[in-house]
Amino acid sequence: MNNQRRTVLKSGSGAALLGMLAAAGIITPGMALADWNKAAFDAKSMADTLKALGVAGTTDSKDVQVTGPDIAENGAVVPVGVASTLPNVTMVAILIEKNPNALAASFVLPEGTEANVQTRVKMGQTSNIYALVKSDGKFFMATKEIKVTLGGCGG
Amino acid sequence: MIRRLMKTLVGAAVLAAFAGGVVAQDSKVADELAKYREALADGNPADLLEVKGEGLWAEKRGPKNASLEKCDLGQGPGKLEGAYAALPKYFKDTNKVMDVESRLVHCMVTLQGFTQAEVTKQWFSRPGKESDIEALVTFIGAKSNGMKINAPATHPEEARMAKMGEYIFYRRSGPQDFSCSICHGQEGKRIRLQELGNLTTKEGAGFAMKTWPSYRVSQGAVWTMQRRLIDCMRQARWPEPAYLADSIVALETYLQKTATGTVMETPGIKR
Amino acid sequence: MGNPMKIRAASKDGVTEVKVLVSHEMETGQRKDAAGAIVPAWFITELVAKHGDKVVLTSDFGPSVSKNPYLAFKFKGGAKGEKVTVTWKDNKGDSRTDEAAIN
Ligand code: HEC
Repeated sequence: MNNQRRTVLKSGSGAALLGMLAAAGIITPGMALADWNKAAFDAKSMADTLKALGVAGTTDSKDVQVTGPDIAENGAVVPVGVASTLPNVTMVAILIEKNPNALAASFVLPEGTEANVQTRVKMGQTSNIYALVKSDGKFFMATKEIKVTLGGCGG
Repeated sequence: MIRRLMKTLVGAAVLAAFAGGVVAQDSKVADELAKYREALADGNPADLLEVKGEGLWAEKRGPKNASLEKCDLGQGPGKLEGAYAALPKYFKDTNKVMDVESRLVHCMVTLQGFTQAEVTKQWFSRPGKESDIEALVTFIGAKSNGMKINAPATHPEEARMAKMGEYIFYRRSGPQDFSCSICHGQEGKRIRLQELGNLTTKEGAGFAMKTWPSYRVSQGAVWTMQRRLIDCMRQARWPEPAYLADSIVALETYLQKTATGTVMETPGIKR
Repeated sequence: MGNPMKIRAASKDGVTEVKVLVSHEMETGQRKDAAGAIVPAWFITELVAKHGDKVVLTSDFGPSVSKNPYLAFKFKGGAKGEKVTVTWKDNKGDSRTDEAAIN
């Protein structure tokens, strides 16, 4: 745990300028990030989120797995994973149906990166979690319900 | 006498209400929650505090612009390996039995020139407000990983503290006439889904003590042993002692003595 | 700026598994502080992982990624001693980069 090297390469140098511009109101923080899909993260419902992600239609697939606990003790920290055996997966996203904004995270996977990503999300209440996977240009989904015993949206 | 007995019965009834019935049907739930905690163990958020603590330890800070690298946690100046596992310990320079937190604060005051009030103001974190003490204790704790808890309380002052801790552990007081032992003195006790553990045996005390400091998922924060015990005093409906109070150090001395021989595994993951 | 990340990268059978733990508050913009005032949203929006110069993962986060974000993923290739670099940016324009050697 202690033996790996951690080197700080740079810290916030270029970002400082962006920060200044943002503070001056010249660019908003959202704009400062070229490809962050604001519309998708701001969307409320599942349907609007998918639309903002440019997803026209999805197919349920057994070759997509959502992993996570059946019950989460604290909704502020819920481990979830998405894995798929589908070919040429280029994008993976995690959506939480009952959160104020459904989209939690999306990932772009270059060639050579496996369709197997794990992270941790906040859940305001018991909800279905959806995994969205783009394979060969088409979208596939899978879902799992996670029960939450303590809501996680207070921070 | 009768009043005392009444209180005992009330206390026991409260605990029975906590523990009864739910046990069987909820053991599946408990299994699922154990799985949940396991999923968080790899990449324990507390690991970040350990990294931060490592930085704080070496950083020159305070009015004296000094690092903590000369801090003597009982194994000699700057020696961290196994230090946590051997605390609380009697220190000649202060003529006191000190736990890791009181010794760390002592070092921050004497080496770095902070006042005690400055150092302990943020002794635990709140959302958006980090605690240096939490980070440093997490770092120091991890430096004992793989080593056995070794706090047999053989020095007369340590033995005295351990005795005092044992006395507090069994002593019933407060509006509910609770004691630590009511909740933590038997096998298999639970409050709702939380297993309480029997802290009077080497196994039980060891299972608990080896994992602190711990990341508490219900709090989204790392707790030190001081915080754990002060909060248990609150659970016992006792007046809450001040940070670094002798009563807490005494309980730690008693618990570490009971846990001696157990291999350290910090930071843990707890409810 | 922020605090250092914790990055672990291990290669096995031609695949490198990367686990990243990032120190960040990830404020949703919905939490109230003790005085009842809304704590403004403050969260990582983008995180990029590279193996040498090659991007191996681009992530977009919303505020519902947990405080102190955790990320684990795998890519083909990577040999012991080679570097994995992770950079994040947040919605306030702050950023940070850390690296680790594959073992
Ligand atoms: C009303 C019941 C109650 C009383 C009284 C009580 N505790 Fe606790 N204690 C708890 C609970 C509940 C937990 C947390 C268990 C969990 O969350 O998994 C706990 C946890 C602990 C732990 C950590 C255990 C572990 O496995 O890591 C220690 C140590 C501890 N208590 C010591 C004490 C001491 C010392 C006292 C007396 C000052 C005390 N407790 C009084 C209920 C109590």
